[in-house]
Amino acid sequence: MKKLLSILVVSVFAISANAGTLDDVKNRGFLKCGVTTGLAGFAAPDDSGNWTGLDVDVCRAVAAAVFGDSSKVEFTTTTGKSRFPTLASGEIDLLARNTTWTLSRDVNLGFEFVGVNFYDGQGFMVPTSLGVSNATDLDGATVCIQTGTTTELNLADFFRANSISYEALPIETNDEARENLFAGRCDVFTTDASGLSSTRAQSDNPKKWVVLPEIISKEPLGPLVRHGDHQWGDVVRWSLNTMIIAEEFNITTANVDSNMSSNIPEVLRILGVEGGYGEMLELSNDFAYNIIKQVGNYSESYERNVGPDTPLAIARGLNALWTDGGILYAPPFR
Amino acid sequence: MRSNLNFFSDQKFRSLFYQTLVVGLFALGIYYLTITTSYNLEKRNIATGWSFLNNPAGFDISFSPFLDFKSTDTHLKVYYVGVLNTLLVSFTGCIAATILGFFVGIIRLSPNWLLSKTAYVYVEFCRNIPLILQIILWYSILLQMPRIKQAIEIFHGFFITNRGLYSPKPVYESGFSTVFFFIVIGIVASIWISKWSKKRQEKTGKRFPVLWVSLGLIILLPLIVFYIAGSPMSFNYPVLKGFNFKGGMVIRPEFIAMFLALSIYTGAFISETVRSGILSVTKGQREASAAIGLKPSWIMRLIIIPQALRVIVPPLTSQYLNLTKNSSLGIAVGYADLVHGFGGISLNQTGQAIECMVITMATYLAISLIISFFMNLYNRSIQFKEK
Repeated sequence: MKKLLSILVVSVFAISANAGTLDDVKNRGFLKCGVTTGLAGFAAPDDSGNWTGLDVDVCRAVAAAVFGDSSKVEFTTTTGKSRFPTLASGEIDLLARNTTWTLSRDVNLGFEFVGVNFYDGQGFMVPTSLGVSNATDLDGATVCIQTGTTTELNLADFFRANSISYEALPIETNDEARENLFAGRCDVFTTDASGLSSTRAQSDNPKKWVVLPEIISKEPLGPLVRHGDHQWGDVVRWSLNTMIIAEEFNITTANVDSNMSSNIPEVLRILGVEGGYGEMLELSNDFAYNIIKQVGNYSESYERNVGPDTPLAIARGLNALWTDGGILYAPPFR
Repeated sequence: MRSNLNFFSDQKFRSLFYQTLVVGLFALGIYYLTITTSYNLEKRNIATGWSFLNNPAGFDISFSPFLDFKSTDTHLKVYYVGVLNTLLVSFTGCIAATILGFFVGIIRLSPNWLLSKTAYVYVEFCRNIPLILQIILWYSILLQMPRIKQAIEIFHGFFITNRGLYSPKPVYESGFSTVFFFIVIGIVASIWISKWSKKRQEKTGKRFPVLWVSLGLIILLPLIVFYIAGSPMSFNYPVLKGFNFKGGMVIRPEFIAMFLALSIYTGAFISETVRSGILSVTKGQREASAAIGLKPSWIMRLIIIPQALRVIVPPLTSQYLNLTKNSSLGIAVGYADLVHGFGGISLNQTGQAIECMVITMATYLAISLIISFFMNLYNRSIQFKEK
């Protein structure tokens, strides 16, 4: 009986789990992508209801690579808490939700981070009126944090390492944390520096808030997929890499067509004019062309969503290409 | 074949057969779900087991009035803190909801038009708006209280802020144990006196001022001892120092919001239960007791309520269970209950969703069963005893 049941179970799951995610996505006709419940610059609906943001662009790039159409994405909002179960259960194909790449998430939770699309670090934001200039001055302060993130662990570590006391106020969503901060329920808000910039941009007067200089953690944020489906992992990884490599070769949405007759061999390989790199991924050979044409390279996505000309005004910093003083680096397209 | 058919036409056997079949299928279903889950977990490389309970939590908890919690403590301690916080808000909520419910239930039947209509509006308003909205409403109101730097001192050492209500904290010095001892003696003596006076009244009809004597024994006597012992208690006043008040005691807005919302919401339901209980006592009872010259407050206390309780208690138990389970909505305002801490943060940091959820669910089940058990005992004690 037990054996029979096991066979039954195995056969049922062999059908659903072993069929590759890439085939599932292709058959379904659109990509299911998990994003935040709304973090300006990373994933938030604009005035006309279209999702925009740095993380959203990763989803769109994957859709462009698979379907040649960056609009074939269905976005699912996830909280800090629901994101992992949502991905593990197969409800989404890909999670692009400013998620920190850590060992335990990579290994213990059974996921695979395919790269980093934003190098971040945890910081603190306080009202300018508080007159605090360093995080070590925060002894006894009440700190608002979003639960279910690496931030609350970093926070505890930071205050413990500096032997200063604090009161934590863990809150479920970023929006509620913001309300608490603005109402003065807490003195400090802590999250990734990018999230602080985003929150500050959403306040009625951004000048009333100051982000403290300390960055207390490494937060490499990147898209992730379920562990074990390497083919799908490769597709997502190389969609992201394509955006970074395109910036390196200065291929943009505007000039991608004229680059089809470039005399640089790697540009021709990227755009599918030479070699069969798309086929290796079981995609069409012009997948990278579609990504660049429809979504743009990493720099375009960055400047459009979080760069200095946006309300978030985050300088490139670590997120510049390695040739420009940052640490953004993608393996060669070869 | 024929005997088999006969066997099946036996009603006893048939009912046994179907019952066994249902139980068997149910067990099979559970078994199937269990092995499917463990198979899937293994396949997706998701860690399982209970060892994570002894790993350090690594995060801090905002509200832990009973246990001292540090980020180096284990997930198991996160669980204990969560259970205690859930019990705290449920217990205080049940008491407040009961008092409010009885009060409103009685005044709804009052002949005073304004009183009864006010109670009516309260009941219809509070029980028809989703609880989570009420929690968020209360919390939003509390967040509009003065900021910490503009704290209002309502009384010496009592402050209102949007970070909570601060009050002086009593510090017990040596010698206070004597006072405490006399409080206990006072309580025990009062119970004995109340029993003795009841017996005496049944026998002789003479009444004894139990309330006043009890109050004297429980409050006045320890107070005298307190002064004789040289006032062995001082107060630690909250002082604004840096970012927050230091010292004193504090009740957090998260707790207040939960407490108010849960007791006001559930109180509305309880008041309806109380009203139906009172209405279930026949009119003749009231008229008869008035005829023998009892005053109205006695009629309510001695005649109506004891009979109404038989109708009130079973649905009251359900309301207690609802309140306890509804306390899990604390997550909406960051109240550090079981679901927020262990079923939320621990779950997320360890990724062991199934284990955390099983423990959390089992805990709610256990709390509910305990409440039911005691309420059933109480229910049995107030039923009519055939004499």
